[in-house]
Amino acid sequence: MIFDYETLKIIWWLFLGVLLLGFALSDGFDMGIGTLLPFIAKNDKERRVLINVIGPTWEGNQVWLILAAGAVFAAWPLVYATAFSSLFFAMLLLLFALFFRPVGFDYRSKLKNQTWRNAWDWALFCGSAIPAFLFGVVFGNLFLGIPFHFNDELRLFYTGSFWQLLHPFALLSGFVSLAMLIMHGATYLQLRTEDIILQRSRKVTCWIAVIYIVLFVFAGVWSIFLLPSYHLTFIPDVNQTLNPLMKLVEITEQGWLYNYKQHSWMLLAPIGGTVGGAFVILFTLGKHPKFAFMFSSTAIIGVILTAGFTLFPFLLPSSTHPSHSLTIWDASSSQMTLMLMFWAVVFFLPLIILYTRWVYKVLRGTLTVKTIEDNQQTMY
Amino acid sequence: MTEEVVDLSRLQFALTAMYHFLFVPLTLGLSFLLAIMESVYVMTNKVIYKDMVKFWGKLFGINFVLGVTTGMTLEFQFGTNWAYYSHYVGDIFGVPLAIEGMMAFFLESTFIGLFFFGWDRLSKVQHLTVTWLVALGSNLSALWILIANAWMQNPVGTEFNYITMRMELASFADVFFNPVAQVKFVHTVAAGYVTGAVFMLGISALYLLKGRDMAFAQRSFAVASGFGLAAILSVIVLGDESGYTTGEVQKMKLAAIESEWETQEPPAAFTLFGIPNPENMTTDYAVKVPWVLGLIATRSVDEEVHGIKDLVAENEKKIRLGIIAYGAFQQIKQQENQTPEVLETFEQHKDYLGYGLLLKKYTQNVVGATDMQIKQAALDTVPNVSVLFWAFRLMVGSGFLMLFLFIMAFYYCAKRQALQKRWLLHLAVFAIPLPWIAAESGWIVAEMGRQPWSIAGILPTHLSVSSLTVGDVYFSLAGFIFFYTFLLVIEMFLMFKYARLGPSSLNTGRYHFEQQGSKT
Repeated sequence: MIFDYETLKIIWWLFLGVLLLGFALSDGFDMGIGTLLPFIAKNDKERRVLINVIGPTWEGNQVWLILAAGAVFAAWPLVYATAFSSLFFAMLLLLFALFFRPVGFDYRSKLKNQTWRNAWDWALFCGSAIPAFLFGVVFGNLFLGIPFHFNDELRLFYTGSFWQLLHPFALLSGFVSLAMLIMHGATYLQLRTEDIILQRSRKVTCWIAVIYIVLFVFAGVWSIFLLPSYHLTFIPDVNQTLNPLMKLVEITEQGWLYNYKQHSWMLLAPIGGTVGGAFVILFTLGKHPKFAFMFSSTAIIGVILTAGFTLFPFLLPSSTHPSHSLTIWDASSSQMTLMLMFWAVVFFLPLIILYTRWVYKVLRGTLTVKTIEDNQQTMY
Repeated sequence: MTEEVVDLSRLQFALTAMYHFLFVPLTLGLSFLLAIMESVYVMTNKVIYKDMVKFWGKLFGINFVLGVTTGMTLEFQFGTNWAYYSHYVGDIFGVPLAIEGMMAFFLESTFIGLFFFGWDRLSKVQHLTVTWLVALGSNLSALWILIANAWMQNPVGTEFNYITMRMELASFADVFFNPVAQVKFVHTVAAGYVTGAVFMLGISALYLLKGRDMAFAQRSFAVASGFGLAAILSVIVLGDESGYTTGEVQKMKLAAIESEWETQEPPAAFTLFGIPNPENMTTDYAVKVPWVLGLIATRSVDEEVHGIKDLVAENEKKIRLGIIAYGAFQQIKQQENQTPEVLETFEQHKDYLGYGLLLKKYTQNVVGATDMQIKQAALDTVPNVSVLFWAFRLMVGSGFLMLFLFIMAFYYCAKRQALQKRWLLHLAVFAIPLPWIAAESGWIVAEMGRQPWSIAGILPTHLSVSSLTVGDVYFSLAGFIFFYTFLLVIEMFLMFKYARLGPSSLNTGRYHFEQQGSKT
């Protein structure tokens, strides 16, 4: 094996970041546009413009999410088990909302009936806005810790309730995520549409970017001054095989700043998250959609890295039994599995990016109401 | 965990998996058929083949999206409802799932968009490549999922780690080349091809019966009959019964399918018909065909096919060994008791740890289990014989009916008489549900036959569930039933609508309803 166990654990933490970014950067604008669908497109043809901007590619984009979940299953089985069964209702809600997307895109155009189509527009709205919001809620809960513990055979017990997940900070995180993805969707629309829809997208981008920046900064301040944080005080050699019951974790009242104090370069992440949003406004007003999209992507990268850097090495802190928290050191798969999956990622990820790029290249260009009129039969 | 949570979780998984498999086989079969028809189009340049790809592609799309929708449920469900399972075997089971995402699902999902929207933006050969990639993606997807499933039936290449309290990967090659995985893959994808072929054959027959879009329907009928014949022969000849001799739990499954209570002198007779009687452990009114079972199951005349009673007796021994393994494991967990002797005892018996865990259904104190409890746990290793016996016969019966259909269809197509054989066309229409009946019964055999295990010989089903309340599972079950019913109604509505409309739905002006419209 070319890497020791410790290095592999860190590599997999980075891979998870890459997969989450792949999801947020690509499916993120699909969800943003789905959320905007009933609001910035006023009639059927305009809505079809929005749907066809993302229609041919959203499906591939969503696989990033499926893959991120699959990677957690393979690389941190306990995290997968704990996250999905503890956040049972949130996950089901997420799943039910996601149901609406494949059918919404494909079935909407199969009938001309306007009631049918309006119903699917709202279905697509739910299938986009609810997941976008829930992702933030889930991340917010990671900062708060989740009430779970294990018995000595590592059977998991969750002692909270669904309502406990809706802590004000988690809701705030939900809105950060929603605003961020709407901003991303609106900047993507600037790239792919013209005329009236383009103008509306610009307007939406500016407003939502302001909201996003305010919420993100507010969440940052909250997590520093008002939230307790988790701190790893003892762990055996992280290069060995460990289970989550062998370490000690303390809850401190110092806020989530520990890693930034140790490594000040990490501050680039929250700075990128904030400044990225500001540049989105700047380049939207300056009518440079490419740059606006680039900086919206920068903002997303900043936000996800902020979450990762802040929590490191925690993946899922336990609020009732802090020492049972799951970290990248003691919740990972075996060295052999991590190594094997490392090769799988190294081989397939570049391939995926390559053919996805080609597909986007084939489908490039802007869409207008006229494109829809000319291709009545073949488009969604 | 209460018994009720386990039962409800099982019911939910069974329902959602079977529901998912309403859409999967058609995706597997039609994607391949689309690629074949488009290849013909590119080679011959006949527009009618392009229309065929587009029309059957429309039906493919309606079906495909529900396959995607319901596939997510299965992934989520391992975490939400089967948390202990996910923890206990995620180190191995997660691997094929994640590779499936990277190698197959990404490919399929990225190119499906271009399949529908790329006609005007791609050259003919480029578009054909895209179609083949979609077909390749869906088939590779099946490969990895079946590798994962086969590992549940015959868990190879794995070892228990008492520190992490789970099974860990020992050899990926063993997992990949699992013999059960290989037969399962061929059997399942070929069953998918049959489904696609029956679907296309049946709907084309409908147009032929109604006397419309004849050229279009005849060609579709011909493609489907040839492809279907090849596929059904693969399903039957490579039927996965041959896989049942590898793996201990698979042997029990085979015995249950045949309602084979006693071990027979080889070569064993095949019970064609009978009424399994689990109470008395006999099969009433059995009609037997000598030799056949031995031949099918062992491909030999001198190997034994084990009977249920013998297998139960063997399992009782394994449970007793499992108790020793569990006892040693408990001592190891208390660090001060990690003597070399204890570790040695554990090493020697750890393969039976799973059998020890079977007792947890009756007592938390595995080491102190009574003789009664051990005997009861051994009896639990017999799956539901009646269900397996009948589901298997339903599957095989449907299979042979379809074989007959495809032989006839292919024969009369070759003689160019299919059009005159109205009984054949009617048969083709009524046969449309058969592949689904066969596939769903096949999964019932495969998965109910694995009980009481979720991972054969390693992890009992009753230990695999999440620590949820009955109310939680009722909620999720109700949610699935509600959304799935709703989605099925819409899907069927669109499917019937477009199947009835036929190629006229392409708006090319070349087909029945459009021409009729222009005449009046």
